[in-house]
Amino acid sequence: MPFSDPTADGPTIQRTSEIALKNGMSIKVLFDQLKTIRESVSIPLVLMGYLNPVYQYGVEKFCQKCNEIGIDGTILPDLPLDEFEAEYKTIFEQNNLHNILLITPQTSEARIRQIDAVSKGFIYMVSSSSTTGAGKKVEDFHADYFERIQHMNLKNPRLIGFGISDNATFTNACKYASGAIIGSAFVSSFSEELEIADSVAQFVKNMLIPN
Amino acid sequence: MKYQVNEKGYYGEFGGAWIPEMMFTNVDELKRRYLEIIESDSFRKEFDQLLKDYVGRPSPLYYASRLSEHYGSKIYLKREDLNHTGSHKLNNTIGQILLAQQLGKTRIIAETGAGQHGVATATVCALKGIKCIVYMGALDVSRQAPNVKKMKMLGAEVIPVHSGNKTLKDATNEAMRDWINNPEDTHYIIGSVVGPHPYPDMVARFQSVISAEMKKQLLEQTGSEFPTRILACVGGGSNAAGAFYHYLDDEQVELIGVEAAGKGIATDETAATLAVGSPGVLHSSRTMLMQNNDGQITEPYSISAGLDYPGIGPLHAHLFKTGRAKFLAATDEEVLKAVLLLTQKEGIIPALESAHALAALDKIKMNPDDVNVINLSGSGNKDMETYLNYFGY
Repeated sequence: MPFSDPTADGPTIQRTSEIALKNGMSIKVLFDQLKTIRESVSIPLVLMGYLNPVYQYGVEKFCQKCNEIGIDGTILPDLPLDEFEAEYKTIFEQNNLHNILLITPQTSEARIRQIDAVSKGFIYMVSSSSTTGAGKKVEDFHADYFERIQHMNLKNPRLIGFGISDNATFTNACKYASGAIIGSAFVSSFSEELEIADSVAQFVKNMLIPN
Repeated sequence: MKYQVNEKGYYGEFGGAWIPEMMFTNVDELKRRYLEIIESDSFRKEFDQLLKDYVGRPSPLYYASRLSEHYGSKIYLKREDLNHTGSHKLNNTIGQILLAQQLGKTRIIAETGAGQHGVATATVCALKGIKCIVYMGALDVSRQAPNVKKMKMLGAEVIPVHSGNKTLKDATNEAMRDWINNPEDTHYIIGSVVGPHPYPDMVARFQSVISAEMKKQLLEQTGSEFPTRILACVGGGSNAAGAFYHYLDDEQVELIGVEAAGKGIATDETAATLAVGSPGVLHSSRTMLMQNNDGQITEPYSISAGLDYPGIGPLHAHLFKTGRAKFLAATDEEVLKAVLLLTQKEGIIPALESAHALAALDKIKMNPDDVNVINLSGSGNKDMETYLNYFGY
């Protein structure tokens, strides 16, 4: 769900958001495209974006629509724990929608426990405090941070995101968590030459096979 | 204290801290510590001393007799343009640099529109010997060239921002991204009463020296602390917040904020957020925003780079919603007329931003005995190129 002012994103997602908006993308268009997705797709589906477009669409209406389509969760980086609990938790729960919350290397243990208690689905573990697509290398990852969280025995599975761009970073992330989230590398993989389905298949293959 | 922020960071329905988790530790530390720090005796002592000896406060409250005669009502100018660096912005950056030092931060970032906040930030960083990075929209870099050079001379690094409309909103996005990428050693000096709680309250407190002085000066000069009305321009709204602050609960004082209408509020080239906007979440605050039906932020326009912002501080959104303050809008053309009028009636060349407040004098009904205070937030030095081009001198 593109937004005009993606403050948590680096240049890649900024640029793709701009292109998507120019092409007329909106939440209405997205819901239209997803109307029958559950006839062919059974894996969990999570929508990612910023709060303001959802806010304008109407948070309650948005959650109902997600429920109707069969969307499982949202990642809205500017909807943090405190504001979510105060205003929207009930609406999300009524619509079986999980709001995925983030943790970073700076997040305190007490707050991680709080986030774990409120979360359903999974926790989005940010590999290092940065905007997306910052291009940090696998050796920059804080193994001690990953291990610290691993030993907390959280009830939710964790997925590691930010800086996952190839097989090496992906494999490393999977050592410490249930999986990884790939954004910038994915959107920059689309090429003019390949059909989108082929381009995605190629990308996934590269991600899974060591170079 | 009806119009003060509550413990959760809200002014009525507006405000809060809608921050990505990557900013949480920094914002939470500020939230927990800002009041204790800025209310401590040692902080107050150094802050007041610097305001006096370095900024040059108190700024005069000047009775503008020829302008008063022109309008047939008493007009006073609060001369923030006479502060060191030429605007009210230094009040806030002095406060925040002292706070940053208390927090042990060694790197300062800031966003700037007209460059006044950038210069004020670079100035306090030079004063304290702290590294300074200023984000500025590429369009503003070109239309406010003298301020860019000043910042560089002061030792700051100025990073032009090429995303979006290349103005203040985009510079703010980029400063936030910098803070996310530098979560430990950096303090972000936001220049206005915008952003996540506690910034709107913290910046308003630092700027509140304007209305604190105004009360004393009015009492001395008119026999009453209370003017009939106070007028101030509003982009994010920091000078207005400072000028209104100690009068918020004195409902007999009329408060008027003046937004930038740009080419007119009926056109799509405007920056008058309250006139054309609706509630939403931008830059970590729920406030009034200029946006389309899909919740995408629309590009503002104003001749004045300092007011070229599609949001407004949550305090002002609340004052608007409750009717405590009235908000008007002045077009580029009305503003330029007001610039020339003040220049030739009083020998004071105002900043484009401040001239919005002056232009509103043509839009309100004033009685001969009314006491009108205009917060003259900045000097026109930085706008000379615009003035020379427009007026053809």
